[in-house]
Amino acid sequence: MSIPIEDQSAHRPDERPATSAATFLNQVKRMWQGESGLGPILFGLLALIIYFEVRSSVFLSAGNITNLFIQSTIFILLGMAEIWVLLMGDIDLSVGFSAGIGGAVAVILTSTQHNWPFWIALPLGLVACTLVSAVWGVMVIRLRLPSFIVTLAGQIGLAGVLLYLINSQGNSGGSLPVQEKVLYYLVWGNLTPVATWIVIMVSVVLLSWTILRSDQRRRTAGLDEKPLWLAFAKVGLLVVAGVLLALIFNTNRSTFTTLNGMPFAIPIDLGVLAGGTYILTKTRAGRYIYAIGGNVEAARRAGINVNRYRLLAFTLSGFTTGIAGLLYVSRLNGISTGIEGGTYVLYAVAAAVIGGTSLFGGRGKMIHAVIGGLVVATIGNGMALINVSASGLYIVTALVLLAAVTVDSVARRGNSTNR
Amino acid sequence: MTSTPESPSSEMSETTSASSGDSGVRVVEAEHLLSLCGISKDFGPVQALRDVDLDVPVGQVTALIGDNGAGKTVLIKTISGIYPPSSGHIFWKGREIHPHTPRDSAELGIATVYQDLALCDNLDIVQNMYLGREETRFGQLDEIKMELATKELLKDLAVSTVKSVRQLVASLSGGQRQAIAVARAVMRDSELVIMDEPTAALGVSQTAQVLELVRQLASRGIAVILISHNLNDVFSVADRIAVLHLGYLVSQGPVSNYDRSSAVEMLTTGASSRVHPTPPLAG
Repeated sequence: MSIPIEDQSAHRPDERPATSAATFLNQVKRMWQGESGLGPILFGLLALIIYFEVRSSVFLSAGNITNLFIQSTIFILLGMAEIWVLLMGDIDLSVGFSAGIGGAVAVILTSTQHNWPFWIALPLGLVACTLVSAVWGVMVIRLRLPSFIVTLAGQIGLAGVLLYLINSQGNSGGSLPVQEKVLYYLVWGNLTPVATWIVIMVSVVLLSWTILRSDQRRRTAGLDEKPLWLAFAKVGLLVVAGVLLALIFNTNRSTFTTLNGMPFAIPIDLGVLAGGTYILTKTRAGRYIYAIGGNVEAARRAGINVNRYRLLAFTLSGFTTGIAGLLYVSRLNGISTGIEGGTYVLYAVAAAVIGGTSLFGGRGKMIHAVIGGLVVATIGNGMALINVSASGLYIVTALVLLAAVTVDSVARRGNSTNR
Repeated sequence: MTSTPESPSSEMSETTSASSGDSGVRVVEAEHLLSLCGISKDFGPVQALRDVDLDVPVGQVTALIGDNGAGKTVLIKTISGIYPPSSGHIFWKGREIHPHTPRDSAELGIATVYQDLALCDNLDIVQNMYLGREETRFGQLDEIKMELATKELLKDLAVSTVKSVRQLVASLSGGQRQAIAVARAVMRDSELVIMDEPTAALGVSQTAQVLELVRQLASRGIAVILISHNLNDVFSVADRIAVLHLGYLVSQGPVSNYDRSSAVEMLTTGASSRVHPTPPLAG
């Protein structure tokens, strides 16, 4: 009794690819076709970097690269916040102003007028954003409203709340400065060069250990489809990237004084990235969020409490938004009524989508926001360096977004039997 | 074709005694995994099922056939707890049960594979197989354990056409998807697998694969209820046939009691002039 076989080669025991070169090409092809989803966009980012470096020699200076990382932080964090909801096929248009509110709460509470300690004020900013997103979540889930409309209303409403908050602080003139050290240092503080090395190397070692350990476990269990060199190649790349970053951050960026070390914002980004990735890939909650985005009915029939995990995703989105808000006020050294909350949302969604996250749910990774955020920031930073007008900046960003979606869509079409 | 443990004659007497029994409450024989007694279901004025008696033995494939609107889908939804019956009794291993939600029936070991299969396209085979009951290790998903078990099970079920259990369900063919949906039911230790038109959208070779899988289930001791429009499929895979017509279960018995023309006649008219495996239910 055996099933008629469609594809004889499919289960031949000696199916291993003949040469390692073939394996390598196969891997490259798979990466390109979007299995990991990052091939095309990393290539695009590299092209942008080369272009800007050719046009402006300042672009790849240590100072500018550090600057670029700081500029990209807001896109990266808001993008990661957006990915939580995008994965379920929802969207949150309010994250820009929500972040503003979280930041404003922290700024106001730590101001000389109120003088709350940072360890209460900053978490309260996070709580504010988390609550906002939880409210959207409840409305979307309980009242079955489309998240697009709920959060569109939310965006408008929160813009109003933010105005009220800022104007409620007496004679603010439409902006409130950061008056507390820790909040200011979130972005502008730097690790010492030694601490930079330690943080980066500890991260590299931990990540490498995770990669090798999981590879080894698979191998022991007899599940060794991927070649061993791939794991070592990943580790090698990590070490090289880590050393490069450490060298860049530890280069003196100031002409008058000594300014070096990794900005605090970067470990914060990495921490959020690691936390989000862990939840999405290693826990049931993450698995269920993907399942809900892929086929909510299937998830329900598998016995998953769909509403609970949707609310969880909204909440995590809000928490990440809060972190973005704190870094936003820190970087601008204050919060003003002129915050472009609406634009930030669009860049956040763009960052997620450029990185490879689907707008229709079920597909995406936290790393997508990092790559996408870096692309968005690179365009902004590079265009400013080569003195392109704002009009050009918008148009190029739009083209990159369109190109990313197109590449993604085309790559995916070849990969699936039913769409 | 595997042999049916019961002889046609005993089958006939059993069904006859059921239809002539008093008020639908009867002694249920323990070898029937599932027995329906006098199940009726109405939706307002519409009577979808009328006094249906059906026995599903262990390790056999029971084909449920009937024209459109005969009540096949309502019947399986009743068994799987989506529509509680308006009247009648459901016995599971000789004990009366009252499934009110799909969860209730799933916990008993009844798995229903609907036509839409309920798979997540964006997840791989392993992830779909374990969806909702993932294995964990120190709070983390134990991917290796799940992957090994999936491979093992697919091998056991002779599902040999999938290249890797880590490929996305989106990239599978219709027959492969069906196989995964069924394998998932097996993995959950289901004792009864109900399949709604599993071959409806499949080509010839894929149909053969799915039917082979159905046989595999039966040989593992799992009872299968198979809804099908396709009599070729029914005659090639079923051990027993039950015919529904306008909400009545007009006939049931071992497949040897039927041939194509009698089955077609019963499907369309509710009775057969040529063969009388069992008399139509007495009113």
